Amino acid sequence: MTVASSSPPSRLPLSGAKAVVPTRKAKARARGDGALAAVFIAPAMLGFLVFLLWPTLRGIYLSFTRFNLLTPAEWVGLDNYVRMVNDPIFWNSLTVTVEYVVINIGVQTVAALAIAVLLQRLTQSALLRGIVLTPYLMSNVVAGLVWLWILDTQLGIGNEIITALGADRIPFLADETWAIPTIALINVWRHVGYTALLLFAGLQAIPNHLYEAARVDGASEWRMFWRITMPLLRPVLAVVLIMTVIGSFQVFDTVAVTTAGGPANATNVLQYYIYGSAFGRFQFGYASAMSVALLVVLSAITILQYRLTRAGQTDLG
Amino acid sequence: MRIRTITALAGALTLSLVTGCAQGGSTGASANTVTYWLWDANQLPAYQACAKGFEKENPGLRVSITQLGWGDYWTKLTAGFIAGTQPDVFTDHIQKFGQFADLKVLEPLDDLDIKESDYQPGLAANWIGQDGHRYGTPKDWDTVALFYNGKMAKDAGLTGEQLNSLSWNPKDGGSFEKAIARLTVDRNGKRGDEPGFDKNHVKVYGLATNGSGFADGQTQWSPFTGSAGWNYTDKARWGTEYQYDSKTFQSVIKWYFGLADKGYMAPFSDYNIQSNQSNTQVAAGKAAAAFDGAWMISTYAGFKGRDIRSALTPAGPTGKRATMMNGLADSITKASKNKEGARKWVEYLASDKCQTVVGEYGVVFPATPAGTEAAIAAYKKKGLDVSAFTEPVADKKDFRTFSYPITNYAADVQALMQPEMEAVYGNGKPVSSLDETNDQINLILDQ
Repeated sequence: MTVASSSPPSRLPLSGAKAVVPTRKAKARARGDGALAAVFIAPAMLGFLVFLLWPTLRGIYLSFTRFNLLTPAEWVGLDNYVRMVNDPIFWNSLTVTVEYVVINIGVQTVAALAIAVLLQRLTQSALLRGIVLTPYLMSNVVAGLVWLWILDTQLGIGNEIITALGADRIPFLADETWAIPTIALINVWRHVGYTALLLFAGLQAIPNHLYEAARVDGASEWRMFWRITMPLLRPVLAVVLIMTVIGSFQVFDTVAVTTAGGPANATNVLQYYIYGSAFGRFQFGYASAMSVALLVVLSAITILQYRLTRAGQTDLG
Repeated sequence: MRIRTITALAGALTLSLVTGCAQGGSTGASANTVTYWLWDANQLPAYQACAKGFEKENPGLRVSITQLGWGDYWTKLTAGFIAGTQPDVFTDHIQKFGQFADLKVLEPLDDLDIKESDYQPGLAANWIGQDGHRYGTPKDWDTVALFYNGKMAKDAGLTGEQLNSLSWNPKDGGSFEKAIARLTVDRNGKRGDEPGFDKNHVKVYGLATNGSGFADGQTQWSPFTGSAGWNYTDKARWGTEYQYDSKTFQSVIKWYFGLADKGYMAPFSDYNIQSNQSNTQVAAGKAAAAFDGAWMISTYAGFKGRDIRSALTPAGPTGKRATMMNGLADSITKASKNKEGARKWVEYLASDKCQTVVGEYGVVFPATPAGTEAAIAAYKKKGLDVSAFTEPVADKKDFRTFSYPITNYAADVQALMQPEMEAVYGNGKPVSSLDETNDQINLILDQ
């Protein structure tokens, strides 16, 4: 009966074992841990309350006011929301933003997935992984400006190459058809490496023996990708998608430095319109109402994505 | 004991963060310092020299000057008004004046006893708000003229005299349109006025693009709308109705942007506020001429190997040449922490003493006649003929000068006009669509 002599860990009672009753001393220690935990949490909690919760609540309040920041806010009820619903520029901004998100996330996810799978299946080179991440080390503004100069219709080296090849110049950032796809692809260029590395980390968690077994069964790389990689990567892919979609909806800096919302509102994405209304026209109440709308849209999309992709569950049984 | 230590450390860290935030926006204001902001880097040495003179006259007072680029300048100033970190004195622009007056962030300057006759005509009057108080002291002025590449003009067979005596009309464009067609060259070497000219493959445009011009068209279409006799609003100052629905305005805009369709002016897609403004196109040899303001004289003169000269704006259907005459001012912020020092500095900035010093740097035309003369002499010393900019101010018979539109809701007007004008220029939207935009603008002004 040597088995009986090995006692289970006191904090993990087995079924049938007596519940561990904490002594007074243990309770006191637990209280002590609580205080210590509170101290550790305090700076983050303070940041959360001051920089997130309070501004959010205040933003929601301001969305019901007329406010120019320098004089007291004046309660106007639902006026800002009525104006928003009737504002064609708001709807244009929302449409333009969705167009941006679809192109940005669509291309970025496929490209990142391809890079991640290639990194995992073909090479273990840390140098290659480093190179893939390089554009992400650049700030958005710098990346935007560099691409602006490369793609300038008249002076950009990109268009010099295009004309040298015998084609006509392309107004990448100055034409309403080209501008949004161009900005979306500039940001794909910058973020794809980072997204690929996140997915690559997810791929590392898939046990290698599954691929070995599939290979023994004669499965092709293509079949293994669809039958092993994709199903087992799904939870990671879902979280990456949720994060990148939220980030994509908040596009601002690239637009600000390349097109400033033009030409003719073609790239006036929601964040840029909110910024212009607040800091250009001093309509902080209206800008707050549009921010609340963005919050609602993002929350709805996140919940929907979470549900549809079963992000909280894994198929790795 | 350990918990107490950690608590103390966490508290200290939090406090340092909070106080750090508070100190981050500090402008270093004190009773002995006057903080002053301007945006033009070319003018910084001139105002530093002026500040030295001021400090000599006012022992114990120091002027701390900050220069920020145009875009950052207004963003930071706005943030400063909100956070209470604004400068004591700042360079003000008419475009922003209405909004700042609405927001009540400017200090009245009535007691400075600014006499209109001490400055070039119209400059002092522009800075009086609707409430009758003065909020700015005249600082400088600028007009618009045609910069052109001397060598390209010579190759096209156009003399300086010819370019100085151009006229235009909205029907056939007159001698002005003929001249810029002549200056335009396609990739096969054909000029814009020659048979076989390929308007879709232009190598050098006769006229550079400076974008759609938003609501004012200062360096784009305003020389034409002005010489056609059109006014932005129903009144010279603090108008209550904009007039973008006028048939005169719309016919001028249609003709002007139509120059791009003919291949004589660079298309809207060639313009970018960051990477390719009109001066860049001239510097790169992609355009032969560009309308631009007097504040750009030094910039154009600095283009090596381009032999840049300037010509008067063309005479329009009214028989007169026209240019916007815009003047900047110095304003004191209402929340200034050193109003007494600020008043002294602004008074000094508005004086002949300071403006003559600034003029001697040859980078801008100061508002006082003596300052203007000093600037003309300084430009001459640098070998620059600036008569295309000064003549419109001196000769009221042949020239019309007009001011930047001064109204309430200026930021809203810009925000509404920008996409509309871009759509007309870039997407070929009919000019008649401006009727609706004008209605929207006037509705806002009616509030």
